[in-house]
Amino acid sequence: MSEHTYTPSSKFGKWFNDRLPLLTLGAHLSEYPTPKNLNYWWTFGGILTFCLVTQIVTGLVLAMHYVAHVDMAFDSIEHIMRDVNYGWLLRYIHSNGASMFFLAVYIHIFRALFYGSYKSPREVIWIIGMLIYILMMATAFMGYVLPWGQMSFWGATVITNLFSAIPFVGESITNWLWGGYSVDNPTLTRFFSLHYLFPFIILGLVILHIWALHVPGNNNPIGIDIKKPSKDTVPFHPYITIKDLFALLIFLIIFSGFIFFSPNILGHPDNYIEANPLVTPTHIVPEWYLLPFYAILRSVPDKLGGVILLFASIFILLALPWLDRSKVRSAVFRPIYKQFFWILIIDVLVLGYMGAMPAEGIYLLIARVGTIYYFLHFLVILPLLSSVEKTDPIPASISDPVLIR
Amino acid sequence: MMKKIFILLLSIFFSGSSIAADTNTELLKVDWSFKGVTGKFDRSSLQRGYQVYKEVCASCHSMRLLSYRNLGEKGGPEFSITEVKDIASSFEVTDGPDSQGEMFTRPGRPSDRFVSVYPNVEAATAANGGAYPPDMSVLVKSRKGGADYIYSVLMGYDEPPANLELDDGVYYNKYMDGNKIKMAKPLMEGIITYSDGTNATEDQMAKDVTAFLTWAAEPHLEARHKMGFKVIIFLIILTLLVYFSMKRIWSRIDTEV
Repeated sequence: MSEHTYTPSSKFGKWFNDRLPLLTLGAHLSEYPTPKNLNYWWTFGGILTFCLVTQIVTGLVLAMHYVAHVDMAFDSIEHIMRDVNYGWLLRYIHSNGASMFFLAVYIHIFRALFYGSYKSPREVIWIIGMLIYILMMATAFMGYVLPWGQMSFWGATVITNLFSAIPFVGESITNWLWGGYSVDNPTLTRFFSLHYLFPFIILGLVILHIWALHVPGNNNPIGIDIKKPSKDTVPFHPYITIKDLFALLIFLIIFSGFIFFSPNILGHPDNYIEANPLVTPTHIVPEWYLLPFYAILRSVPDKLGGVILLFASIFILLALPWLDRSKVRSAVFRPIYKQFFWILIIDVLVLGYMGAMPAEGIYLLIARVGTIYYFLHFLVILPLLSSVEKTDPIPASISDPVLIR
Repeated sequence: MMKKIFILLLSIFFSGSSIAADTNTELLKVDWSFKGVTGKFDRSSLQRGYQVYKEVCASCHSMRLLSYRNLGEKGGPEFSITEVKDIASSFEVTDGPDSQGEMFTRPGRPSDRFVSVYPNVEAATAANGGAYPPDMSVLVKSRKGGADYIYSVLMGYDEPPANLELDDGVYYNKYMDGNKIKMAKPLMEGIITYSDGTNATEDQMAKDVTAFLTWAAEPHLEARHKMGFKVIIFLIILTLLVYFSMKRIWSRIDTEV
């Protein structure tokens, strides 16, 4: 963080700022030196902040009309859709907003993977980001349970049952989570409570995420440190604010396309059938953004093994800064890593597809290969590449390649 | 390269979830008036569809989430206020308890929910050979294929293939899962007489009632389409303005944006 010599112009401003330096903070955010070569993949941080705020604001209003009770939850959602003024709009923003949130977060994460944004000195930013992602998955999962449709109920049953695989205490833990002997009213009410709480924890973590970012400053597509601040950077405002706004608007056009013209395409039709503990749907599938992990879970024939692998596949990302020891950050100068990056993307997409398919025959086989490759990428390929790969020469400063181009 | 892959990524993600369910026989496709960005309901079709629902479907299927007032609301069948009152009062509604603690019946009011034939799911199931006739309020949204699926099932009754054994009370339908359905063919030409004089062919009735059920499941569809159109035009104009502002601001320095 650069040292500030900011002094408010007004007398009151100075008085206030001496007591609570909010104006200094504002000045810092506005002047924050940002690498001038950031591409559009860097606009997703701002987009994600927008998504979080949108989810909190729409969720706040939805919670005023929603009833967390097994007999009334489904009907209260329909009450929102039918009788609450613009309730349909709020709910479709909120439900599609979750999908857009994940779309943006996946792009954000893969951008970090490509440009090595998790590497020293940005490990803590990365870890906080991963914690946000894990909380996002928990929040989204619990939110999907609230409409109390068939997929809500059976999704909740499948996921909470995972904990029963834990040896000795599994069953007690599951019963504790449920608040009873099956997914029922106590489960719904606690999920609602936690679904309301988690976004605010996420908000707190987002503030830490940005704070931690402002210590070393942004990574950039070249992946090298800023050498000449005056030449390599632009002030955050107006250069980055306007660029982020432009990207956000494009994002909003796509978002609006979903909200207004195909609001249910990302959901499962079964969730418009009220939950019925006596009727199991033919295929229980989670929302699209959880499908790769679902595929990993089901690719192991043993329940406990599947659960361990599922959690490992998420938590392995926390160790990423220490698995990839290569000194070069950006994949632009890592010819071999670049190939493996794209293979990983394909692997995750294939896993997602297999997660949507029934776990049998060829699907199961492909899911298993995909799972093995996923772990291979992080546990073997990355550490090996760190020492084996011959990287391309790195430019001396950000301004150099920018001027050449 | 990145852009292409991004687009590929998008399309795979979004197609993946829709392929999730099992594929069935290709559904019949209808060019519904409510499809597309400017899609609207055909009022007279919705009104006829309500008639089909009332005279045919309602003898087994409830629509517990709808109220009679909905029939007069904007974007729906838009019956007049008098028509809505007449429709509502043609039903007997159980109300109470009164000051004596007794339940009583009275003619329906527009604010009442659609009256169901059966008092509960169990009664409906028992009366229909063990198959619960699903509530139709959000039926269109709860089936893969939506309106096309409902229309296909209505039109999908046929003679069973020679090798297919059907139990009593089970019928052959090309578009049902497993090709078996416990609902007898509901629509036959002339089973109702449309009050607007339209010829009540099987196809006409199937289309009308499907349109009605689509509206019932998504009563604000027209408002949604209208608003979406405006929102997206607004966003495109704003995006252009912001784009040119951005170009202007970034022209102060040597970097392309």
